Amino acid sequence: MQRIALDPMRHALAVPIARAAGTLSRRLGRGGGTALPGKVVLRLSPRAVEHLGAGLRGGTVCVSATNGKTTTCRLLAAALTCDGSALVANPAGANLMSGVAAALMAGRRGRPRPDRALFEVDEAALPEVVRQLRPHALVLMNLFRDQLDRYGELETVAAAWRRMVDDLPPQTTLVLNADDPAVADLGRRRSSVVYFGVDDPTVATREVSHASDSTRCLVCAQPLEYARVTLGHMGAWRCPSCGDARPAPTVRATRVSIDSTRGQSIEWATPRGTASATLTLPGVHNAYNATAALAAALTLGVAPAAAATAMGRAGAAFGRGERIRVHGRDLVMLLAKNPAGANTTVRTLLGDRDPLHLLVALNDRTADGQDVSWIWDVDYEPLLDHIDVLTVTGDRAHDMALRFVYAGLPRERVRVVENPSRALDAALAGVPDDRPLYVLPTYTAMLSLRAELVRRGVAREFWRDA
Amino acid sequence: MSTVRLCHLYPAEMSIYADRGNIAVLRRRLEWRGMTLEVTGAGLGEPIDDTFDVYYLGGGQDRDQEVVAADLGPTKADALRSATDDGAVFLAVCGGYQLAGHGYTGVDGSRMPGIGLLDVDTVASTGPRLIGDVIIDAELDGVHRRLVGFENHAGRTSLGDVRPLGRVVHGHGNDGASGGEGATRDHIIGTYLHGPLLPKNPALADAVLGWALGHAGHDAALEPLDDALETRAHAVAASRAGVRR
Ligand SMILES: [Zn+2]
Repeated sequence: MQRIALDPMRHALAVPIARAAGTLSRRLGRGGGTALPGKVVLRLSPRAVEHLGAGLRGGTVCVSATNGKTTTCRLLAAALTCDGSALVANPAGANLMSGVAAALMAGRRGRPRPDRALFEVDEAALPEVVRQLRPHALVLMNLFRDQLDRYGELETVAAAWRRMVDDLPPQTTLVLNADDPAVADLGRRRSSVVYFGVDDPTVATREVSHASDSTRCLVCAQPLEYARVTLGHMGAWRCPSCGDARPAPTVRATRVSIDSTRGQSIEWATPRGTASATLTLPGVHNAYNATAALAAALTLGVAPAAAATAMGRAGAAFGRGERIRVHGRDLVMLLAKNPAGANTTVRTLLGDRDPLHLLVALNDRTADGQDVSWIWDVDYEPLLDHIDVLTVTGDRAHDMALRFVYAGLPRERVRVVENPSRALDAALAGVPDDRPLYVLPTYTAMLSLRAELVRRGVAREFWRDA
Repeated sequence: MSTVRLCHLYPAEMSIYADRGNIAVLRRRLEWRGMTLEVTGAGLGEPIDDTFDVYYLGGGQDRDQEVVAADLGPTKADALRSATDDGAVFLAVCGGYQLAGHGYTGVDGSRMPGIGLLDVDTVASTGPRLIGDVIIDAELDGVHRRLVGFENHAGRTSLGDVRPLGRVVHGHGNDGASGGEGATRDHIIGTYLHGPLLPKNPALADAVLGWALGHAGHDAALEPLDDALETRAHAVAASRAGVRR
């Protein structure tokens, strides 16, 4: 009883104190200070997110996945604000409970005051965020093997998500990827589910990639069969033993035309009519991200054509297919932080038919995962015949060099430059004027390379980019 | 041309920690010396014979490891015992190491049987997973060698009548307490070190290849390779382990 009485009071005091902490951090020049006020408010009021989120009458959306959270949120934010309405959202990277709390605090000061919120949420943090926020829509896109040293194995996250879904309030609509068996399975016991998927056989590949995990049936544990594989373990799956199969998606990408590494055009069929858009985002993984965003926008009442048009105007998210002009050349930053993401990047690069200039940056800090063995689960081999020059950099540059050497790239064509800034110069120096430099960094390597580009005055700081 | 024949056990179920990197290293280090590696996969329900020069068993997720544990005894244990008695190499990493021992007892008391080729036994701990960079000092063929790797295991492995692969310089090792890592006898190596194990430990890779070539009937010494990158990667991994003390 006491706790209930004290909670609102604690909360009322916590918000201004936390806000002051954030202001101070910015004045001291500690960068964006995006998560600090959130950390402070949670320390003072552990259920702050529940309190702060209660006033959002237009609905809240949480988006989670191993890969594609940031891009999907960027596209969905464009769709949700296409009528000029305001939106609370967390910046890329601030996707734990503290980032959600900080964004909600900032949102209360917005004018006009937003009545909707959209959050990308870390897979492991998601169950607790959802328990407090009770979102209107919960978008779940994929589960891939990520950082084993940090999260434990994939099954741990999948089990936590299953318990989370069992406890969801009835008003939450699940927006699920029909093509990912483990994600689709979450809708089994729910009535309010919207499935999305990619239905264009021309973007399918022949087989499930080595890095895939969930190729066993969740009902009977027998191996699944695929009529087609679109990406990793995603596609038209079916269990030959018990008959469990991919649910029919109601929001479907019916046509996906990928234009090299520059972008793609997508046509969709939805219960509320067809829509189409041309995105500046390459790769079939972005077809999934856009389809997820469209399904979520529909769930919140946005018309498909309006949502698609708005998504077409949204550019690439920070570091995710972002094109930056540097010293007269295009640099394309393609975050590649786990096997599934890196495989997707490899596939995207193969769309560019000319010799490739690559800079691969491997760090092993906490946010990257300290275990760098994942690079051996990536199928880099198809790139070998297309690589002109490979430069590797980062804390574990030599590990990455060995990965390519043992794949079969001659040692003399691998250049190791441990310092990221010098590696950038070395890599750029060899690129012809009309060709891009493709940069494949892990998360913290992306942050440091991008910070270097900001110092050189060619890229914008990410916390100004929200 | 000399060929080494390797049997990759359960490639679909047991290769979570980049195990194919170890096989790529064995393949290339033979090819760079004008020899070849022939790899045969053996999955669930598939019996194997005892004529391979190297058997490889990696790590898997819990559910897959259970399925494999039930299959290993009936379809593969006899051939593995006969082959290793004959001097074949058996390299067992992470979960594979646990299954090469007597077995694994889960937190709930459930028992996953192993094949007992190494006299070790593993019990799951309710304590923290043992995760991080590892450095060990090992002795192979009478030569001291420093090995680096990464470990990530909940199980605590205790050794019976078998010597550890190495002494822990940094990291947790078999159980976080005894100071030993892995286990070895004859040409059998069990270890928690991945990363993967062989790219940054070229001396170990060549020791394994020496045994395998001997088993295949080729006794020529392995000519040295340019290991500048490997040596540097080894040094960086060792220094990362030091930094994270
Ligand atoms: Zn089934």
